[in-house]
Amino acid sequence: MTFTKRHLLGIEPLHPVEITTLLDLADRYAEMGRGVAKHGHALDGLTQINMFFENSTRTQASFELAGKRLGADVMTMSMQTSSVKKGETLIDTALTLNAMHPDLLVVRHPHSGAVNLLAEKVNCAVLNAGDGRHEHPTQALLDALTIRRTKGRLHRLNIAICGDIAHSRVARSNILLLGKMENRVKLVGPPTLIPAGVSDWGVEVFEDMREGLAGADVVMMLRLQRERMDGGFIPSEREYYHRYGLDAAKLSCAKDDAIVMHPGPMNRGVEIDGTIADDINRSVIQEQVEMGVAVRMAAMELLAANLSAAREAAASGVTA
Amino acid sequence: MTTLIVNARLIDPKALTETTGWVLLRDGRIADRGEDSPPGLEEPHRLIDARGKCLAPGIVDVGVKTCEPGERHKESIRTAGAAAAAGGVTTMVTRPDTTPPIDTPEALSYVRRRGVQVSPVHTLPMAALTKGRAGREMTEIGFLLDAGAAAFTDCDHVVTDSRVLSRAMTYARSLGALIISHPQDPGLSRGSAVTSGKFASLRGLPAVSPMAERIGLERDLAMVEMTRARYHADQVSTAAALPALIRAREAGLDATAGVSIHHLTLNEFDVGDYRTFFKVKPPLRAEEDRLAMVGALADGVIDIISSMHTPQDEESKRLPFEVAASGAVALETLLPAAMRLYHAGQLSLPQLFRAMALNPAQRLGLETGRLARGAPADLVLFDPDAPFVLDRATLRSKSKNTPFDGMRMEGKVMMTLVAGALVYERAT
Repeated sequence: MTFTKRHLLGIEPLHPVEITTLLDLADRYAEMGRGVAKHGHALDGLTQINMFFENSTRTQASFELAGKRLGADVMTMSMQTSSVKKGETLIDTALTLNAMHPDLLVVRHPHSGAVNLLAEKVNCAVLNAGDGRHEHPTQALLDALTIRRTKGRLHRLNIAICGDIAHSRVARSNILLLGKMENRVKLVGPPTLIPAGVSDWGVEVFEDMREGLAGADVVMMLRLQRERMDGGFIPSEREYYHRYGLDAAKLSCAKDDAIVMHPGPMNRGVEIDGTIADDINRSVIQEQVEMGVAVRMAAMELLAANLSAAREAAASGVTA
Repeated sequence: MTTLIVNARLIDPKALTETTGWVLLRDGRIADRGEDSPPGLEEPHRLIDARGKCLAPGIVDVGVKTCEPGERHKESIRTAGAAAAAGGVTTMVTRPDTTPPIDTPEALSYVRRRGVQVSPVHTLPMAALTKGRAGREMTEIGFLLDAGAAAFTDCDHVVTDSRVLSRAMTYARSLGALIISHPQDPGLSRGSAVTSGKFASLRGLPAVSPMAERIGLERDLAMVEMTRARYHADQVSTAAALPALIRAREAGLDATAGVSIHHLTLNEFDVGDYRTFFKVKPPLRAEEDRLAMVGALADGVIDIISSMHTPQDEESKRLPFEVAASGAVALETLLPAAMRLYHAGQLSLPQLFRAMALNPAQRLGLETGRLARGAPADLVLFDPDAPFVLDRATLRSKSKNTPFDGMRMEGKVMMTLVAGALVYERAT
């Protein structure tokens, strides 16, 4: 077995071999997605519940489509409008859903660690679709697949991650994944948006964007949350764009064939110039969305396989 | 009632000595002690053979939350008292952060009365420094002192308005009242769950710089210099705060500081995979800070170790880390956790009991905390080497939120005496 985990809670516990296994499988699903028959059967008869305690359009749609393409029964619950508002605790909600015997539980939650807590209480496979500012593993995996397909490899690349690192789960998962695959990772952003102790992570930190982008193969932009724009962490939107927005002049510091990535949704004119986002020679943002479905199909297939193996072992009385 | 304890390893925190000898208790006090052969007694008495185990003054624990009144589903004075007795704590100095807060002489008398009625150990209540712990108006410090308030504190509510604090300190000084403060900058620490650094960033948790403690302490000490109040910082937990304390001592200010047992024995990495039983206030610190606290205790820069006993029910802990409640129960684990420092060779037993018994008693003006003739017979007999694995279900507190669950510990309380009376004896 080259993918051994019961849940996909983050990149942190994954072994590089597991990451490669998952990406290889996702590669095949990416090809399948471009074909006429997009259907697989890996999740036939299984139930997938998506629990989103936080707003999401793209991730939710991507997980839903991934499950449906593999034959699962998919239910999506927007927990902001449900009983959570009536004071039910996270654990109670989880136990209620657990009683419906789901096989795959996809969870997004505004608090770091909430998905880990939930995974302890249910007996199905749990996928983290983003928890607070902790991790967003499928995003990092889809970014990795996009890089691998465009650059032909996923190691010894010079990668700049720019923007609000401090509040970004996407950045955390990407730093972990790209580090595990032995890339040179550079963080670029104003000091108020760089987390404390980051120098211990094996990354380089740049406050000047041109310096940070120098020699980059990949430029990964992060979304700046609206609520952080005014006065709290940065002086203003326009000053941020001037110093940290990706425009042609700053991008020229990177390698000539550098690709531009963004997890979406974009704030055009805040962290990224519209023409760069739309430049098909540079921007791989649309491909990222495409890879998202493939990566989630692969992740769910691998977890479902481990789950059924564990259930068979339990049924036959063999303990691991 | 007369009791003779023989064959004991006497832990004297005042003389900082460990000797083998006997102690004679009569009428609730220590009548005599010696290292020679024990005296023959004519009068009827109880003889306790300590079999070479340690006898020390009972622990005086400053800052126990009993949750009464208001949250008796989490703890009560009765259950906290039972836990204290089992943990070798002979005086609980209780916190006023109850619901409602202890900010009137009537409420304070209630706690004292309940303590006498239901707790096997001394219960000494502290009062709030400001009404409702809201930081706007001082409480009736004079009346509260008359009612028996041990000290005045708003607990983890920092009095942010310096004018309010300066007036309360000035008024308290005229009455000789002790003010206990929580050194913290409330702006920096707002919403935080852990100490900032590599670990906090990896876990994606809202974090506070350790400097927030120093900022709070520096402000408090400047106010002490201005008002000359008697001051104690409830918990100092960072190395960055220590120079301010040393400077205050050198300047002759009447300022002391405490540290919780958790900040002496655990660090930020113990939080691990979002384990909320390790969420305390202030948050656990870096290992360098922990070691600095142990060193500061040995050097006498920090005076007092306390349990910061804070019961929380399962519901308030079984939540995502950043929204889970802070605090840990510790009355029963204080002594075994402290033994970690002894077994690590970092602090001697007399040094530990100086910080857990003698210093807090002296700071609060109590007679206890000594192993001397005439002192109250508040004593703990314990085996510092006895090993066990802690099972939180066995704790006497109503709430079981201990970070030490399942951990190997050493140090068992064999017997606890309050005013010469046996209030706890380990079943053998």
